[in-house]
Amino acid sequence: MNAPTKGSRGDALKWVGRAIRRLEDPALVTGQGHFTADLPATHWVRFVRSPNAAGTINSIKTPDGALVITAADLTAVKKITPMLHKFEYKPVGQPVLADGVVRFVGEAVAAVVASSEEEAEDIADLVELDISASAPLVDARDALASGAPQIHTGAPGNVIVKGEVKTAGFDDVWASAAKIIKIDARSHRQNATPMEARAAHAAYDKTNGRVTLTCTTQMPHLMRTAIADLLGMRESDLRVIAPDVGGGFGQKMSLCTEYVLLVWLARKLKSTVAWTEDRRENLIASFHSRDQYVTLEGAFDKDAKLLALRADVVSNVGAYSCFPTTCGVEPLMAMAEMPGPYDVRQYQCLARGVLTNTCTMAAYRGVSRPIITFTLERLMDKAAKAFALDPVDIRRRNLIGTFPYTSATGLIYDEATYKETLEMAVHEIDVPAFRARQKEARAKGRYLGIGFATFSERTGYGSPAFAARGMAITPGWETVHVSVDPSGYVEARIGASPHGQGLRTTLAQIIADELGIPPDLVKVVHGDTDTAPYGWGTFASRSLVISGGATLIAARKVRAKLIKIASHMLEAAENDIVLEDGHAKVAGTDRSITIASMAREIYTQTHRFKGELEPGLSESGTYDPPGTFSNACHVAIVELDPETGFVKVERYLVAEDAGRIINPMIADGQVHGGVAQGIGNALLEEIVYDGDGGILTANLADYMPPTAHEMPHVELHHIETPSTQSITKAKGLGEGGTIGAPAAVLNAINDALTPFNAEIDTIPATPQRIRAALREATTKKSA
Amino acid sequence: MKPAPFVRHVPRTLQQALAMLSQLAGQDGRILAGGQSLVPIMAFRLAKPAHLIDINEVEGLDRLDSDGKALTIGARVRHAAFHGPVVDNPLAALLTYVARHIAHYPIRMRGTFCGSLAHADPASEWCLTTATLGATMIARSTRGTREIAAKDFFDGIMSTALAEDELLAEVRLPLLAADAKFGFNEFSRRAGDFAMASSLVAYRVVDSKIAEARVGVGGAEPSPRRIAEAEAALNGQPPGDAAFRAAALAASDAVDPLEDHQTNAEYRRDLVRVVVRRALEHSLQ
Ligand SMILES: Cc1cc2nc3c(=O)[nH]c(=O)nc-3n(C[C@H](O)[C@H](O)[C@H](O)COP(=O)(O)OP(=O)(O)OC[C@H]3O[C@@H](n4cnc5c(N)ncnc54)[C@H](O)[C@@H]3O)c2cc1C
Repeated sequence: MNAPTKGSRGDALKWVGRAIRRLEDPALVTGQGHFTADLPATHWVRFVRSPNAAGTINSIKTPDGALVITAADLTAVKKITPMLHKFEYKPVGQPVLADGVVRFVGEAVAAVVASSEEEAEDIADLVELDISASAPLVDARDALASGAPQIHTGAPGNVIVKGEVKTAGFDDVWASAAKIIKIDARSHRQNATPMEARAAHAAYDKTNGRVTLTCTTQMPHLMRTAIADLLGMRESDLRVIAPDVGGGFGQKMSLCTEYVLLVWLARKLKSTVAWTEDRRENLIASFHSRDQYVTLEGAFDKDAKLLALRADVVSNVGAYSCFPTTCGVEPLMAMAEMPGPYDVRQYQCLARGVLTNTCTMAAYRGVSRPIITFTLERLMDKAAKAFALDPVDIRRRNLIGTFPYTSATGLIYDEATYKETLEMAVHEIDVPAFRARQKEARAKGRYLGIGFATFSERTGYGSPAFAARGMAITPGWETVHVSVDPSGYVEARIGASPHGQGLRTTLAQIIADELGIPPDLVKVVHGDTDTAPYGWGTFASRSLVISGGATLIAARKVRAKLIKIASHMLEAAENDIVLEDGHAKVAGTDRSITIASMAREIYTQTHRFKGELEPGLSESGTYDPPGTFSNACHVAIVELDPETGFVKVERYLVAEDAGRIINPMIADGQVHGGVAQGIGNALLEEIVYDGDGGILTANLADYMPPTAHEMPHVELHHIETPSTQSITKAKGLGEGGTIGAPAAVLNAINDALTPFNAEIDTIPATPQRIRAALREATTKKSA
Repeated sequence: MKPAPFVRHVPRTLQQALAMLSQLAGQDGRILAGGQSLVPIMAFRLAKPAHLIDINEVEGLDRLDSDGKALTIGARVRHAAFHGPVVDNPLAALLTYVARHIAHYPIRMRGTFCGSLAHADPASEWCLTTATLGATMIARSTRGTREIAAKDFFDGIMSTALAEDELLAEVRLPLLAADAKFGFNEFSRRAGDFAMASSLVAYRVVDSKIAEARVGVGGAEPSPRRIAEAEAALNGQPPGDAAFRAAALAASDAVDPLEDHQTNAEYRRDLVRVVVRRALEHSLQ
């Protein structure tokens, strides 16, 4: 058990900082979880999806007697049209079912309704689509070429969003550089691959005309707002429930057409309608991400100090724009955060989102940062080589060390430990010992490599950060209601929507410390728009910071009221009351009263409080913070087999600072899971399109997430720098694992490739690509 | 991902199974063995058999015995049967070693040896094993019994010499010489995935020289096969690096590589060269 940490009130915290077991796990590990697909339904839907990446629909022939919905039935339904008021954004609308035109393989063209999933699939097999196919644009560079067909009439040149920055004085500084180092990085397309694919269940209530949509989502309230808008219904007529959700990773924070259709159908049929996505659909038609070309140049002075960065980001955003973030989420994040953890004063960037005939892009854990971190960290390693420096040294010279630090793009970095985590990692991994081992191994024809990744992870940002992007829908704040019921049990209703993050436990720990009770007396209620306050859900490493902050604010109010009640009931001064072990106690005496009896009193004996206290024990808190930066240094040690191109991650170490850690076990779990996805991104996972826009990786044998076999043990080391930008002092840490791993692994691979003079700047670094790089290096040498 | 409608039939005797097969084969009837290949394909609706003849309860098909010349493997024998030794011959260790590379444990508990052969995935370890060691396939139907040599059995990607109404009832795998050496190696990106190339080798050492070399390559061409050029590079040579490298190079030159999105021809040849050499090196361990 961890030593108690000092709390916000200066006294020892009893629960925050402890690795207590997750309150949500007993149900999940005994098979008692409730998932959307568990619900029974009268009608089941199967979508008929386009086999063509581009084309016009001539006709849809449906079997006699079958109920098949097409765009013709949906004329009253609005198109999904997310909006940015900046960055030359071009609004494009996505119909709920393809309306005359198909724009990617997998786009839903028709919805078959039947009495079972099997029957719906049987009928779907019989639906005949007559589509005049045209040549698709699959690669973003092809879509940018002059004369390329236009995917949406409103977006000439297929550029849907374009961000540009250039700091004053850039050109002069650039011209003064001693060395310019350049990298052309390529990140191939990936799928977040949550264990539970998408699923929705819409039930019509004949007594009041309401629809309850149960679905696997990260943002239930926004689903309600968006779907009610599209269907022209009152929000109060729609209830959205996110039950247990089997992973989201960003894929479930965007509105999908399928859920809109389900609500529409439930109202049309006045019945219960369900859809469970299968893995193939998830891989071809949910949301993709990370399909980018990034060219990055760094200008260094003679001491290897980074003076300026120049970047060109081309993000393939697919056929439509995701709601609510818009497809600006990748290119604009890349632009804003490219300088990462380094002190660099000059910056120029052009970042474009490019439409293609591929599945729509949406946020995926880390968003652009796994790519820009991999690019920037490769650049630093290349620069180190050019200056004949050790990779660690060049980082020492360039990492940010004074705070607060305002970046070249205007972001304010709060107190962090970029240098300290690097030194910690260097020490723990024992670099000299590794170099000796690497040398010995090389002599025996075995190739080891070490790779470092240092990075910042912007987390817990509130509405100003989203407003800066010009988003028509600006998420950010969170509200929490904390109440103590007359039996003394505590309930926290939250607008965040955890789906595996353990928030029921961590928020209970925060409340437990404020109210002096054990966490298992606290029930956290979320994921139901009828019972939870309006909120933005769980994404962007925000929930513990923002919902946690709102929880703390509400809990402090409850605490204040409990002290007042105790002061009345115990006839003692408020200053003398302490809350602990489920009691209010008068300090220095043996007088005490249970929280349960105080709660009972304030509900049922209100008259005793002489009108000084309001009845009941329920308070609300709202929090909208500026944002806080976590940081980490990842180190990967790999062994590379030059004959096959196979890479084994032999050791993986993370030195991490996410501010105050509420529950170390949960924090570690977030890092472990993130590193697993990052290793997948680095080595294995790739959605492959053929030239016709068809997907060659539509199952989990061809699309390859890492399994337990491919995962190294992840060693974790923490520094805790309490955040001044977050009232719980905690920073977010949901994405860091994913952000650091591709960079660390690719740098390690390139270190292992050093004797061959070969390099690889593509993720995933597949065995075939590594062999190609080796072959190229051999050809160069012999030429 | 729900299969199209089908009817499942459960014969108890071989005669019943063959009668059903002869009756239903023409109506899109298929054998269901372990289901580890067929069921996923049905879930994707890449196959929509109208009838499944489930052979899991057919008496006698669980035969796994040796007559001193060959090991007989019946149609119900699972991959997992080879987790331990099945016969007092070097073949037993070979089968145990190879079996561990097939898929994952739960799949090995259901999938069958004969099902793998009938399914004929180019990367199947058992297809490679039977092709390399020269097994004899015993195909049965109401029309009679046929013996098919392994080299005539595999007929391209997921295609065999079996007729629609024939059941692969058993396989006879010749025992190895008591002093035989064998080696196996395969390459895949994740543990348990189908191999991107694999090689099984067996030979004897006579007067310090390799004799009776068999070099099989799987996963590289539409069907696994012996590579005569590689065998020629071995026979008469002392076992060791020089002969192994020559054989590996010969094999990689001899194959006509399959290509897919993660393996172009050049890379597949790289892999063939590596797995053959490593299989040969394994034979010395
Ligand atoms: C995730 C995964 C990974 C895998 N990895 C590997 C691997 O690395 N290597 C490998 O070799 N295999 C692998 N497999 C396939 C597995 O080994 C299968 O078990 C095997 O290919 C088929 O055997 P089965 O008994 O399951 O056949 P089934 O799936 O029941 O049948 C397969 C086909 O063969 C026919 N058939 C089956 N038995 C007979 C018979 N006796 N006579 C005539 N026709 C018959 C069926 O009609 C069907 O067409 C993998 C499978 C999965 C799901």
